Amino acid sequence: MGHESSVPLFWRLIKPRYQLIGTKCKTCGNVFYPPKYLCPVCRKEGVLEDIKFKKTGKILTFSIVRSAPTGFDKETPYAVAIIELDDGPKLTSQIVDWKEDDLKIGRRVEACFRRIYTDGEEGIINYGLKFRPV
Amino acid sequence: MKVAVIGVGSTKFGEHWEKNLRQLAIEAGTKAILDAGIRGRDIDAMYLGNMSAGRFIGQEHVAALVSGELGLTIPAVRVEGACASGGLALRQGVFSILSGQHDIVLVGGAEKMTDVMTDGATSCLMGAADQEWEAYYGVTFPSLYAMIARRHMFEFGTTREQMAKVAVKNHHNGSMNPIAQFTNEITVEDVLNSPMVADPLTLYDCSPITDGAAALIICKAELAKKYTDNPVYIIGTGQASDTLALHDRKSLTTLDASVKAAQKAYKEAGITPKDIDLAEVHDCFTIAEIVATEDLGFCKKGEGGKLLDEGVTNIDGKIPINTSGGLKAVGHPVGATGVKQAVEIVLQLRGQAGKRQVKDAKIGLTHNVGGSGATAVVHIFSR
Repeated sequence: MGHESSVPLFWRLIKPRYQLIGTKCKTCGNVFYPPKYLCPVCRKEGVLEDIKFKKTGKILTFSIVRSAPTGFDKETPYAVAIIELDDGPKLTSQIVDWKEDDLKIGRRVEACFRRIYTDGEEGIINYGLKFRPV
Repeated sequence: MKVAVIGVGSTKFGEHWEKNLRQLAIEAGTKAILDAGIRGRDIDAMYLGNMSAGRFIGQEHVAALVSGELGLTIPAVRVEGACASGGLALRQGVFSILSGQHDIVLVGGAEKMTDVMTDGATSCLMGAADQEWEAYYGVTFPSLYAMIARRHMFEFGTTREQMAKVAVKNHHNGSMNPIAQFTNEITVEDVLNSPMVADPLTLYDCSPITDGAAALIICKAELAKKYTDNPVYIIGTGQASDTLALHDRKSLTTLDASVKAAQKAYKEAGITPKDIDLAEVHDCFTIAEIVATEDLGFCKKGEGGKLLDEGVTNIDGKIPINTSGGLKAVGHPVGATGVKQAVEIVLQLRGQAGKRQVKDAKIGLTHNVGGSGATAVVHIFSR
C-alpha cells in the first residue's frame, strides 16, 4: 500500500469493506465476496445485485505474520486467515482476540469492525472487518 | 512447434551494490550474444521480463532503456506478469519467431531489488497480490504461501521437515552453481530453527531478495545449426491464469494455472510428465516446490512431500528438481527468474552444467509462477 494515497482509493470500497456487502448473480445464483463487477460464471448473461452476508464463518487456513509491511509493524505479530463465510464466499482478513488454540483450521469466527492500518503519518486511517473466535 | 536456443548468459545473482539495472541487463545480454556467436546487429527484437522497475528504482520504459544501452534500435518490449515476467518474455519471444516476424530474438529478464530497503522491496512484491482484498489486511507473500503450506499439511499430512528438505537440497545444488547467491550447505535443523517469518514458514523457507539478470538468444529452428552444433529446442509452451487473490481459487493446495499451463505444454511437445528428465520449478517458498511437483504431474496430488523423503528430486534422483539451486539458493530477482530457469535447462541439455550435471539429460522443463499462482508459464526443452 502506498503512503498518503488520495481519498477515493479507500472511499469507494467503504460499503463492501465495512458492511460485508458483496454481490449475487441473479442468473446463476452464485454469491461473491469481495464483490465482483461482472459475474465470472455468466459474464454477459449475468445480472449482479448487492447482497449483505452474515458475519459468521470458519477458518480455512491461517498464518502469523512476524515480519510486517509498513503500516502494520506496530501490530506484529498478527494472525491472518482465509475465512469461508457461512453464506459461501471466501475472503482474506486478520484474526483478532485469539489465544493459541483458537488458531486452527475449522475454528468458527465472526466479523468485527476494527482499524486496519494508517496510511502514513498524515494519511487516512483505514477501517474494515477483522474476525474473532466465537 | 520448434524454436532453438543458441545462446545463454547470466550475471551472478546476489546483492549487486556496485551495479545498476542497466549494467546487469547488458552483462547478461552480452554474454548470451557472445555465447551464440552472433553479432548484435543480427538481433531482430528484444523481449525483457521485468516486474517492477517502476517501484524498485523509479524507472519505467526499461526495455527501450536496455536496447538503447546495447546500441540497438530494434523493437524492444517489456513483459510483466509479476514473478513470472521472465517466463512470459520467453513465451512472447517464441511467438514472435513462430509468427515469422523475426528470425533471431534476444530474451532477457532483469530485476534490481536492493536499491530499496527490505520493507520497500516487500511492499513492491505485494503488488503481485490483490492490493484491495489481500494486501489491505496486512497479508504478506510469505504469509500467503504459509497459508498454502498450512492447508497442505492439513489435507495431506505434509511435514515441516519435508519443506525444510527442499531448502536443504536447493542449497546443496546451489553450492555447485557459480551464479548462486547462496553457496552454503544447510541442514533441516538450520531451516526449522531459523527465525519465523510467517508461521509455519521460517526465513530459510523463503527465497531471498536478489539483483540479477539472465538472457537467451533464440532463433528459428532451421537457422540454429548455422550458429551452433549444440542447439537446444523449445518444443512446448503453455500459460494459464487464475484469480489474483488466493482466497478466490477453487483449491488452496493446487495452483490450477500451473496444472493448465503444464497440460498445454505437454500436449504441444507430445510428451507426458514421465518423459521429463529434469525441471526448474518456481520454489519462491519451499512449499511452492512441493505443490509444483504435484501440479506438474511428477507425483500424485498430496505426495510432493514424499519425493523429498525418498530423494527422488535430487540431482541423481529419478526427476531432479531445481538443479541450479532454484529461487531459494540462486536467488529470486523476480523478472529474471523465468529466464534463469531456461538458462539452467539449456546448460544441462548441452552437458555444460559442471558438478550439477544430470546424466544424459534429454528433455527439461521450466515452471515460472506469478504471485501466489495467478500466472503460470511452462516451457519444455529438448536437445
